[in-house]
Amino acid sequence: MNWWNWLSDFFTSPDHRSGPDSILHRVSEHLLFSGEALLFATLLAVPLGLLIGYTGRGVTLVTAFAGAARALPTLGLVTLAVLLAGVGDTAVLIPLVALAAPPLLVAAVEGVRGTDPDVRDAARGIGLTHPQVLWQVCLPSAAPTLLAGFRTATVQVIATATVAAYVGLGGLGRYVMDGLATRQYAVTVGGALLVVLLAVAAQLFFSLLARFALPAGVRAQQRAH
Amino acid sequence: MDDEPIVRWYWIGDHLGYLGHLLADHAVIALLPVLIGLLLAVPLGLACARFPRLYQPLSAVFNIVYALPSLAVFVVLIPYTGLATQATVMIPLTFYALAVLLPTTVDGLRAVPDAVRQAATAMGYGPWHRLTSVELPAAVPYLIAGLRVAAVSSISLASVGALVGRGGLGYLFIDGFQRTFPTPIVAGIVLIAALALAVDVVLVVARRLLAPWAVREKGAGS
Repeated sequence: MNWWNWLSDFFTSPDHRSGPDSILHRVSEHLLFSGEALLFATLLAVPLGLLIGYTGRGVTLVTAFAGAARALPTLGLVTLAVLLAGVGDTAVLIPLVALAAPPLLVAAVEGVRGTDPDVRDAARGIGLTHPQVLWQVCLPSAAPTLLAGFRTATVQVIATATVAAYVGLGGLGRYVMDGLATRQYAVTVGGALLVVLLAVAAQLFFSLLARFALPAGVRAQQRAH
Repeated sequence: MDDEPIVRWYWIGDHLGYLGHLLADHAVIALLPVLIGLLLAVPLGLACARFPRLYQPLSAVFNIVYALPSLAVFVVLIPYTGLATQATVMIPLTFYALAVLLPTTVDGLRAVPDAVRQAATAMGYGPWHRLTSVELPAAVPYLIAGLRVAAVSSISLASVGALVGRGGLGYLFIDGFQRTFPTPIVAGIVLIAALALAVDVVLVVARRLLAPWAVREKGAGS
């Protein structure tokens, strides 16, 4: 049980350097699934969440729904989707979107609701329309919460996309499952390590984004607290 | 798959005992780690609330722990804990639960207003007495909020354990997939969601009993 040998075997194996089973290819497959899932989840959840947060209608319902969605087991959804829709991108995307949408929805709702009511009133008072208030006042003030939601969703999707390999799809889970099936431990551990690295990289990316890319006013407010 | 219905009810009727057995196994695998996580989170949280310097690195570590894919961790543990054993699945789940519960515990302990703390001291409470009768009760709503998140994710994650041979209801997913028979998969999803819902209801009731003021304050506030 020698970790160094395992990992050097994994990273130096010719199969993992070029071709369909190369590390670069598997990583890009993994990122593609995850990116698509996050994109669809964002398109579904964020506009809805902003609207619900702004109007304050259906907040209880959304919170309950998001809690319930968290209980859905991804492995179950993936296997069911494959049986119903066949092996393909849809089969992975549906469960991953189901995984990513609830945290994004909750973050959008909470972020908009967290806007200082006085600031909202003031924006209305100086003549902004409702869409303008939502876009120019609530959205920037929701940005930190939204970003935290994106971080949670991204990390979970990257970590969970591993399961896609069970039903015969690609991505880094391929190494984990294939290594397990052929009892090549080096491959399994190498694949697992790569997923961890990707997830940690995503976390770092979002921490940096939170530090440098938030609107200047929001950052000033955070410093003041 | 063309003429296979999504659910064949007779299969469920025929396998009630089996489903019950898997449900019980699932509950143990998923919830015991949450309980152990809670038992670890309280002393760790106390230490972190007292020594804030400890909290920064610990929370960074647990942020990373939370990012670890469960399947990968299960697989890495197999040589140490064995294939298809409860420990292989329960050890990672304990750490995931701890990763959720530690921040909520620290938040809860920090939420006690200083004035309340000082009032307790002024009334002659020693540190231990103050902890057990003022600070911990005040943290209960936070702890239960953390427990709700931890329990639901643990119940859902435990099913991944089926891929390493021990996943309670998760086994139904493997079984159904291998036989292209959706009924067990649907049964598994429904039972997992039902288990999560039941545990959530228990926790909400527990909060009402243990911290009735939290419910009242929330009601008065909104």
